[in-house]
Formats: sequence, C-alpha cells, structure tokens
Amino acid sequence: MSAALLIDILLWGSVVGVGLVAFRRGPTVFKASLREGAMDFINIVPRIALGVIGSGYIAAIIPQEVITGWLGPDSGWLGVASAVVAGAATPGGPVIGFSIGTVALKSGGGVPQVVAYVVAWALFAFQRVILWEIPFMPARFVWFRCAVSVPFPFLAAAIAMVIGKP
Amino acid sequence: MSDPSPNSPAPAEDAESEPRPGRVRKPIGWSTIIIAVLVAVSAGLVWRRDGTDGVLDILTHDLSLFSGILPRVLAGCLLGALISEILPHEKVSRSLGPKSGLMGLLIGTAFGAILPGGPFTAYPVASALLAVGADFGATIAMVVSWTLIGYGRAVAWEIPIMGTDFTLWRILISLPLPVLAGALGRFVYIRLYPKPAAKDDET
Repeated sequence: MSAALLIDILLWGSVVGVGLVAFRRGPTVFKASLREGAMDFINIVPRIALGVIGSGYIAAIIPQEVITGWLGPDSGWLGVASAVVAGAATPGGPVIGFSIGTVALKSGGGVPQVVAYVVAWALFAFQRVILWEIPFMPARFVWFRCAVSVPFPFLAAAIAMVIGKP
Repeated sequence: MSDPSPNSPAPAEDAESEPRPGRVRKPIGWSTIIIAVLVAVSAGLVWRRDGTDGVLDILTHDLSLFSGILPRVLAGCLLGALISEILPHEKVSRSLGPKSGLMGLLIGTAFGAILPGGPFTAYPVASALLAVGADFGATIAMVVSWTLIGYGRAVAWEIPIMGTDFTLWRILISLPLPVLAGALGRFVYIRLYPKPAAKDDET
C-alpha cells in the first residue's frame, strides 16, 4: 500500500536526517545514540510482542457489534458519554475505529456523538494505550495523560454542537 | 502510578553526564503483568469458543503483523535516541519545561502535528522529550496533538474511510484541544506532585 510506503520513507528519512546531525556532532555521540536506540528496541520488543499478539485475542472477545450498539442513534449527552466509552473500548486499529464511526454516521448516529467517538478513540483506545503507549512511555505519564484527556471528547462534542455539521 | 524510578519527569539535573538514565529500561512492571493476564484470559476465552484453530488463526495473523511492525519500531527507537542525543537539554527544559508557559504547549502541539510516522515514532520521541527536560504538560500537548491533528493517520486512514469533509471538520474542532489538554495536565500535575516542579527551580 502506497500510504504505508510513504510513511516508511518519511520515517527512515527522518532517522537518516537526525542521524546526520548527530554524526556531525562526532562519531562518539552518534555511536552512543545508535547503541541507545538499539538497546531500547531490544528492551521494547517483548512488550510489543505481547501487545500485538495479545491484542488480537482481546479484540476477538469484544465483537464490533457491541461497540456499534453503544453508538446508537440516541442523541444528547448520554449518547456522547456512551460514544466516549465505545471509543475507549474499540479493539483493533484505525480501520475498525473509523469504519465504526462511518457506520454510526450512516445509520443515524448524531454528528457530535460520532465526533466524540472518534476523538475518544484517538485519545485513549485501550488497544493503542496497551500496545504502544505503555511500552514506550513511563506508566505514570500514560495514566496521567489518559485521565487528563477524559474531558476532551466531551468538549469536542460540545464544539460540534455549537458550530454545526461539516 | 507509583513508578518513580528511571523515568521520573524532572531529569534536568543530569544535563551533561554521559548516558542518559534509560528511558524505557524498566523491568517487567505491573502494567505488563496486567496485560499478560488480560491476554491469557482472552486467549482462553477464544480457545473455549473457537478451539485450537481459532487460537492459531489469531496467532499467525498477529505474528505477521508483528514482523511487519518491527522495522518501524526500530526506526522509532533510533529516532527517539538520536533526538534526545542532539537536543540540547537546557534548551528543551527552557522551551518545553514546566516554566515554558503557553509557548511550550504551542511548541509541543506543533511538534506533534508535524511528526512523521505512527505510534512507533510518536511514543519513543515523546519519551525522549520527557527524558531531556520537557514536562508532562508539553509532552501531553505533543501526544494529543499527534493523535488528534497529526496528518499521518488522517491521510492514511481517516480521509479514505470517513471522507475529507468529516475529517477536516473534525480536525478543525480538535485544533484547540492539545493546548487545553497540556494546560490541564500542567495545572493538575503541579498540584499532584509539587516536589518535582519545585526541584526544577534549583537547576
């Protein structure tokens, strides 16, 4: 897929670019940070493995229909709240998250509710938190960030209610 | 939450000492154990429902996913390590530290918005920023900005699936959120952990 290729090019391009800057600072700095990065990688792999392989099982026991059910056409703040819960509970990657959002839009879900769902999914979908954020970041930071993020899907829904449809 | 050791967010004191305190180098923590238990229980439920074939199907699918992700994880780790090596610590703690004000939150937001790649870049780089002196507020602004207004996921997934109109409109709504989340994070953090913030004055 070309988007994935583009991402890889940008990603490794940035690595090379930043690597060049580090190399200019001297080979010691450069080698030290390469070793550091490689060690981080080795340390992170078991946890990524657990996350990637494990989240497939977690996703398999949370069927998508359950999530879609929470995103029903009941509007208002109760609908927003259940959309936020649904966003956090959605298993799988971006395809599933956005597809559920699209299905909800087409089957009569309110726009503010779908916005709340997408924003909540982006902020704290449990699978991304488990799979990516906790292995890489200090756990204290992750929980703190998630807790601080809770109001924002609601705020996004409120803004959506005020400024209206796209 | 009680994880003060290597990743403490006030690292400004070791600006010139050689190897940084390991960023991700903690032994298997309780969150890993919780995840492992969750995975084991889920795998058990899948096995009861679909039998051994169901378990193996998911395993092979996820293993191929895993092998595809690995090179990107390596790139993300290298990027994080290189960035934390070349960024001058004092400058980072000045422009992204607890005293950086609104400007720090805006820089964090801008950085998150332009960062290339996916979670395999965003989290190692965010972790590197924390290690070289950014505070929770600016780092939260960066992570939230990456996830809400970063172009990577929007271009690759959201526009194709949800449509351009919805995506642009959703991003427009999200524009103020990273700065607000960072500000809220900073506000709460200072009240929750007054110590590290005070320690920063001495350096």
